[in-house]
Amino acid sequence: MEIPVATNGMEVVYRKPSTLTETPFHYCPGCGHGVAHRLLMEVVEEMGIQEKTIGVAPVGCSVFAYHYMNIDMQEAAHGRACAVATGIKRVMPDRFVFSYQGDGDLAAIGTGETIHTVNRGENILVVFINNAIYGMTGGQMAPTTLLGMVTSTTPYGREQPVMGFPLKITDLIAQLPGSYYVTRQAVHTPATVRKTKKAFRTAFEYQQHKKGTCFVEVVSNCPSGWKMTPVESNEWMEKNMFPAYPLGDLKVPHPILSQV
Amino acid sequence: MIRGTIKVAEESCKGCELCIGACPQDSLGLSDKINVKGYRFVRLVQDNCTGCVNCALVCPEAAITVYRQKKTTVKREPVAVGV
Amino acid sequence: MSTEPEKPRMMKGNEALAEAAIRAGLQAYFGYPITPQSEILEYFTVEMPKRGGVALQAESELAAINMVYGAAAAGARAMTSSSSPGISLMQEGLSYMASAQLPCLVVNVSRGGPGLGTIQPAQSDYFQATKGGGHGDYHLIVLAPSTVQEMADFVFDAFRLAERYRNPAMILADGALGQMMEKVVLPPEGSLPRTEKPWATTGKPPWRERNYITSLYIEPDEMEGINLQLQKKYAEMQKEVRYQEVDTDDAEILVVAFGLAARIAQNAMEQARERGIKVGLLRPITLYPFPHEAIGNLTRNVVSVLVVEMNAGQMVEDVRLAVNGRRPVHFKGRMGGVIPSPEEVLEAIESVAESYRIPQE
Repeated sequence: MEIPVATNGMEVVYRKPSTLTETPFHYCPGCGHGVAHRLLMEVVEEMGIQEKTIGVAPVGCSVFAYHYMNIDMQEAAHGRACAVATGIKRVMPDRFVFSYQGDGDLAAIGTGETIHTVNRGENILVVFINNAIYGMTGGQMAPTTLLGMVTSTTPYGREQPVMGFPLKITDLIAQLPGSYYVTRQAVHTPATVRKTKKAFRTAFEYQQHKKGTCFVEVVSNCPSGWKMTPVESNEWMEKNMFPAYPLGDLKVPHPILSQV
Repeated sequence: MIRGTIKVAEESCKGCELCIGACPQDSLGLSDKINVKGYRFVRLVQDNCTGCVNCALVCPEAAITVYRQKKTTVKREPVAVGV
Repeated sequence: MSTEPEKPRMMKGNEALAEAAIRAGLQAYFGYPITPQSEILEYFTVEMPKRGGVALQAESELAAINMVYGAAAAGARAMTSSSSPGISLMQEGLSYMASAQLPCLVVNVSRGGPGLGTIQPAQSDYFQATKGGGHGDYHLIVLAPSTVQEMADFVFDAFRLAERYRNPAMILADGALGQMMEKVVLPPEGSLPRTEKPWATTGKPPWRERNYITSLYIEPDEMEGINLQLQKKYAEMQKEVRYQEVDTDDAEILVVAFGLAARIAQNAMEQARERGIKVGLLRPITLYPFPHEAIGNLTRNVVSVLVVEMNAGQMVEDVRLAVNGRRPVHFKGRMGGVIPSPEEVLEAIESVAESYRIPQE
């Protein structure tokens, strides 16, 4: 059945932000990256800071983020996005700088840079997409892979004696005095999408006031890597990922200090 | 009931169906046709859209534009309201 | 501003280099402590805050070079410095910067290796410096100072070349040059003009397309295109070649040496001349581009060539290519942080002379 789309007498209440380019995302169907990209760029559009925003793309599935975000961007070496972002922010302290990294990039190969950047309290936003797998390279184990979870390099499930524990790096980040605002969100339902957008907005506002590092983890899915349909992957994520990585704020500023 | 509708950028849609589950009105379904990338794209299957934007919120491709009947009393900003 | 030239002052090589960098308009320095170059990092942490620049001690050399990447891609005049093991850690970043065509300065106050090696001076990073060092087809612009004065002067040359060619430049010094004190006249502050960098990621204004800095080109044709662009640039760079000749006019033996080894070779050469051996010296100042042509031309008039290095024989390979089999090429080297004495270099010259029966008057 064809439902005619008539828009006379109607107004646009939601559209793709102008801060995303025309290039279609290369991500697999149902992947959370597209939503996270869009939300970040919606915030940039709404705050009117396109001219002042510089992003850093990682190595991983979102390696081409600069093809989609219509802002000045740099592509960093694997794991080094926080160091690159530090370099930018130090020479352009009035710009809004963010890094956008996956779990392998941020919490395995880039752990050192991540921890030290946050510990210095660099005035940047770190966006951390955690889907517990290396999507780009074909579904290998990530530092955040859950115990028992099957990946192409943990074919019998992640066993702690062999591969250690899932790394809850966001909990660690929240312990560092340099972090100002640390939160864990998701992008799979209208409600979680709204919250994540608010988190990005809050983080950029704190950055404007030089409060320290803001760190937003987005627990996300990987339908291809998890070998599920997008809908199944979101159900699996709710059932298995959220208990290990519960959503919510891990560190919020003291109410008086946070008045900006 | 508030009237709304959506336009789907058919060539961007990858048929992930996340919007279908997010729609409180069950207005959405996959087309029988496929787009240039080989995906069955999403479209309205019932004429009962309220313009609630849920589908657009969860769409990983930013492929959905949402329209809603103008209210005469309330003025709306044309960007990303409802978020 | 006074037009009087500055008075010479006594400075350590590392400090002269750091002060010169500030005068060259350095905006950001990122580094990590390692002997024998820590004075550079220390100097910047003292001076940069007072003079409006950024100096940051990174958590590792990996972080340092990637901070340089970020700052350079944002349009800043940026640099780092380290010594051999730390420079090895930076190779990934250098490959990325070469591909993304970012100008910057990297200083290697090198020490003996391989491995953790020694903190004594060596020239065993020649291959790494001149042949690319990291993965992929690329080159750094490499300058090799042999005095404290050149430690200072070459900072200006390195930034000028790096920005002209949008390519990382390296100053390849060694632990002795970094630590020794010599008289130096520092170049005046602000004498290196700023370069326009329309490609820099400074925030996208409405009137231009977004800028992005990347080294990722998934399509082979595109990646080959970038490579062709790089190779064209390296071909153009050949005109920047610099070297110094000493007493080559009547030379029968040509000694080729760079950096600290050239100073020792020159001393040995003077002693050899006193003994009637006609020796000349060619000192490459740019190691990349390499003075192939100059060496090739000089080779026509000499009987033999001797290369002196503080390594197992690295530059000698480039000299052999330049000589192209026309003359025998001999090598004298010490390794592991041992500085050859002028006497042992003299012995090597004498032995070359003897083997070809050059009459000694």
